[in-house]
Amino acid sequence: MARLLLRRAIHGALIIWLVATATFFLLHLAPGDPIAASLDSPLTPPVVRTHYRHEYGLDQPLSVQYGRWLVMMAHGDFGFSFPHRRPVSSVIASALPNTLLLMGVALLLSFVAGIALGLIQARHRGRPLDWGLGLGSLFFYSMPDFWLALMLLFLFAFVWHVFPVTGMFDPVMYPYYGFWQRVGDRLWHLVLPACTLALLSAAAIARFQRAALLDVAGEDFVLTARAKGVSERGVWLHHVLRNALLPVITLFGLALPVLLGGSVFVEKVFSWPGMGLLTVEAIGTRDYPLLCAAVVIASVLVIGGSFVADALYAVVDPRVRLE
Amino acid sequence: MHPLVWIAAAVLTTLACGAIARAGDGDSGSPWRIALTRLRDNHAAFAALCVIVALLIVAALAPWLAPYSPIAQPDIVRLKNLPPSLAHPFGTDFASRDVFSRALYGARVSLSVALLAIVVSASVGTAYGAIAGYVGGRIDTLMMRLIDAGLSVPRILLLIAVLALWAPVPLPVLVLLLGLTGWFGVSRVVRAQVLSLRERDMVVAARALGASDREILWRHILPNVLSPVIVSITLGIANVLIVEAGLSYLGVGVRPPSASWGNMILDGADEIASLWWISTFPGLAIVVTVMAFNLLGDGLRDALDPRQVDG
Repeated sequence: MARLLLRRAIHGALIIWLVATATFFLLHLAPGDPIAASLDSPLTPPVVRTHYRHEYGLDQPLSVQYGRWLVMMAHGDFGFSFPHRRPVSSVIASALPNTLLLMGVALLLSFVAGIALGLIQARHRGRPLDWGLGLGSLFFYSMPDFWLALMLLFLFAFVWHVFPVTGMFDPVMYPYYGFWQRVGDRLWHLVLPACTLALLSAAAIARFQRAALLDVAGEDFVLTARAKGVSERGVWLHHVLRNALLPVITLFGLALPVLLGGSVFVEKVFSWPGMGLLTVEAIGTRDYPLLCAAVVIASVLVIGGSFVADALYAVVDPRVRLE
Repeated sequence: MHPLVWIAAAVLTTLACGAIARAGDGDSGSPWRIALTRLRDNHAAFAALCVIVALLIVAALAPWLAPYSPIAQPDIVRLKNLPPSLAHPFGTDFASRDVFSRALYGARVSLSVALLAIVVSASVGTAYGAIAGYVGGRIDTLMMRLIDAGLSVPRILLLIAVLALWAPVPLPVLVLLLGLTGWFGVSRVVRAQVLSLRERDMVVAARALGASDREILWRHILPNVLSPVIVSITLGIANVLIVEAGLSYLGVGVRPPSASWGNMILDGADEIASLWWISTFPGLAIVVTVMAFNLLGDGLRDALDPRQVDG
């Protein structure tokens, strides 16, 4: 198993290297200055431009720059963000926890809801309930994330005034709250964005889980369990569900890129101060180093996530360990 | 022209689809015919197919169906931000443009971008997957590693970065970029299929008869790869529609004044509290279209699966 994990880790490292290389060429092939769009302006004096180009090593040969880029990436240094007037890594360090919180909650919610929905559908296979839930989850699965976010915002925040409009906490009252009130306020602000993300991936997970459950439900040991007189509930929970949970672990790895992409839109709609909102703002301010850092970091998260999923799979499924 | 014409067109298309479906008959015949019969018997998928055909017709006829021009701003003082009414079924936006007309033209842009992008994805993906699967060995491993790398970069973030760095990107380049970032799934499916076909008796027989690699690929392997490719194309269109809408919503995809469903949602996003109709209707158009392609894709997967003996 250690060998398996080591092999996976080496693959992961190779992929990160490929992504870092690709972003390097992306930055350098694109028109304009790779450090900051503001330097492209004809109003910028040539002296300033040469100064910055020298300071960031842009006057050196491409191979030297590429080497420096890789060293920088390895140290978690993504260059300087001119619009923020801080290193990109510090800008991201303040936003990443917010995104991870949002994604973590959404991931948990979507797996619980998705597995439960899949189980209900599989138990009622072919009946109206299965059909209705299937169509319902396809409906959410077919929605653009930002549109769902906008609609939930419109209905729950503006029409019914149930949840707050945007942000992570109440901008006025927050400093006056006690500890538990603060926690409550934050959770209250988390509901809509997390549910938007969770609804979309729960729909995908439910579709997958239903198929996995029905695969297992046809196995001989399920028939044996029924023949032994195990209750219908016991058959589904202890025999079918337990065996159909394995493939869902793979989904964990696959759900990450979807959630990361979705968080860009959800954070924009709800003004959630995370990586996604930073990325969207970086389009407007043409903050190229930040955009590239977002691509690299998101890829690292995805690779890390699928590594964890592989490791979990190996722990849970003895057949993988024997390979 | 009045929106009623659009409804009439949709009804007519649906009737036409029904007529075609009734004409086909049989549990026997060629595999394609069996698949068609199965698809017909799958009500959800068949309804989805009708919706798609109707949408295509509407998109094609947009200039004749739209009651107003999609970009004209007749009176930006008195006609702006009107709620839905008989004259403007979907209301008007901040520039007094008719949202219904823009949605019709948006169907043109969004559907054609998605369809063209998927052509790029499907061709690149099929070629890549077929070569990897057929050649095999080290080259196959290397090619698949590259796919893994491609799949671990979140597509939307990569596209945002590329589109922002090269802004403003013309529409054909947008199509190309969408196509070139969406073929990984197709190539995996094709490779898996080719790997299993390569060892089949018919291919061994063809080789024994002296067929060249090219002949075997073109005449024996690719036709058998077609059905999973058709399924992933259908599901891929649904995906590209959402990605394009997202990029246009962020302002880096289809640019104004051209209407795409995504940038129409952007037009109303800041005023969602009071002017809900501007964002709601184009969003509904996306949901209906994407859902139709997803349902059709699921239906095609079931219909084209040769392992299912009786439909």
